[in-house]
Amino acid sequence: MSDVKEIAEIPSFTVKLSIRRFDPEKSEEASWQEYEVEMHATDRVLDALHKIKWEQDGSLTFRRSCAHGVCGSDAVRINGRNRLACKTLIKDLDINSTITVEPIKGLPVEKDLIVDMNPFYQAYKDINPFLVANDKPEKERLQSPEDRARYDDTTKCILCAACTTSCPVFWTDGQYFGPAAIVNAHRFIFDSRDEEADVRLDILNDKEGVWRCRTTFNCTEACPRGIEVTKAIAEVKQAILRGRP
Amino acid sequence: MSVQIEIPNSPRKQRVTNWEKYGWLYMRISGPLLIVLIFTHVFVNLFTGEGIKQIDFAFVAGKWADPFWQWWDVAMLWLALIHGTLGMRTVINDYTEKPKLRTALVGTLWSVSGALILLGTLVVFTFDPCPPTSNPDLLPSFCEAIASS
Repeated sequence: MSDVKEIAEIPSFTVKLSIRRFDPEKSEEASWQEYEVEMHATDRVLDALHKIKWEQDGSLTFRRSCAHGVCGSDAVRINGRNRLACKTLIKDLDINSTITVEPIKGLPVEKDLIVDMNPFYQAYKDINPFLVANDKPEKERLQSPEDRARYDDTTKCILCAACTTSCPVFWTDGQYFGPAAIVNAHRFIFDSRDEEADVRLDILNDKEGVWRCRTTFNCTEACPRGIEVTKAIAEVKQAILRGRP
Repeated sequence: MSVQIEIPNSPRKQRVTNWEKYGWLYMRISGPLLIVLIFTHVFVNLFTGEGIKQIDFAFVAGKWADPFWQWWDVAMLWLALIHGTLGMRTVINDYTEKPKLRTALVGTLWSVSGALILLGTLVVFTFDPCPPTSNPDLLPSFCEAIASS
């Protein structure tokens, strides 16, 4: 079998990355550090971060788990926009200029690209993100495809915090529930099997609830799962005005 | 080994009156109303009759002698000032990080806006279209009838 075609080589290029570094044990100030790496067109920003960590600077710190856009650990701000490092191909960015990578905004930075996610999770916990149903059916609770479709979009959330930390209201008002918590409330408010929609609507009808939203659409643009976040928030607002889902 | 279960969250306390909801609703209702009020106002003043040339003291005095236009202008004044104040309040909330400064700025904003609303309303309803010592040529036509009676 000599006529097997050789697999074409994947084109490679050198790319400059400027990464926001912060180490509280060394300095109180964060600073930019530049790296140059040889990357392939099939590589993602996460691969570049790995390459830097493994080959150039082992002190670079960032979160990642599944590395395939499912776990939501590696949300970072790339070229000023919140994205998942594992879902952003380097070739899709402008490789002729330096690519900036910094931690997501509005949450306290712990080290380099790692932020304290606790305030984010607290807002999520506050909306009771679990099904509340008091009946005890013999079998599973049935739901029509139409009823399931009602909240399908908001089931896609992976809690990466890309939306909440792209929200200008959240940047200055850390008490605001934020888009992600509202999206996850939406997922239960519009679930026909759930019985506590009114409680959740009441929780979000707060000074720091849905009314803080100013429909800037940053969250919708930032969502790596393509959830129509601003639309979900608007639906929750309407449900509060109606007094029911 | 027993498993430590996190203490469930205590539900957030709901305030008695939630002004945020009413603020939000106010912006949505006053916006379209203002569009109608302001554009009709601009149309009546600048396009009907002699257009822009007609606007002088007599024209304004003539309009404010009619309760319809008095209420029209007062509605514009109240709706627009509160709409603008709510918008400015949002800007202040966005850009001030110190709670005391925020309270002071929002307090000043509401005081100024309240004073303007009061003054404006007072002017519209206590306006004298025929001040006795003025040049009669500058006054609305009905002043002569009032003066001679």
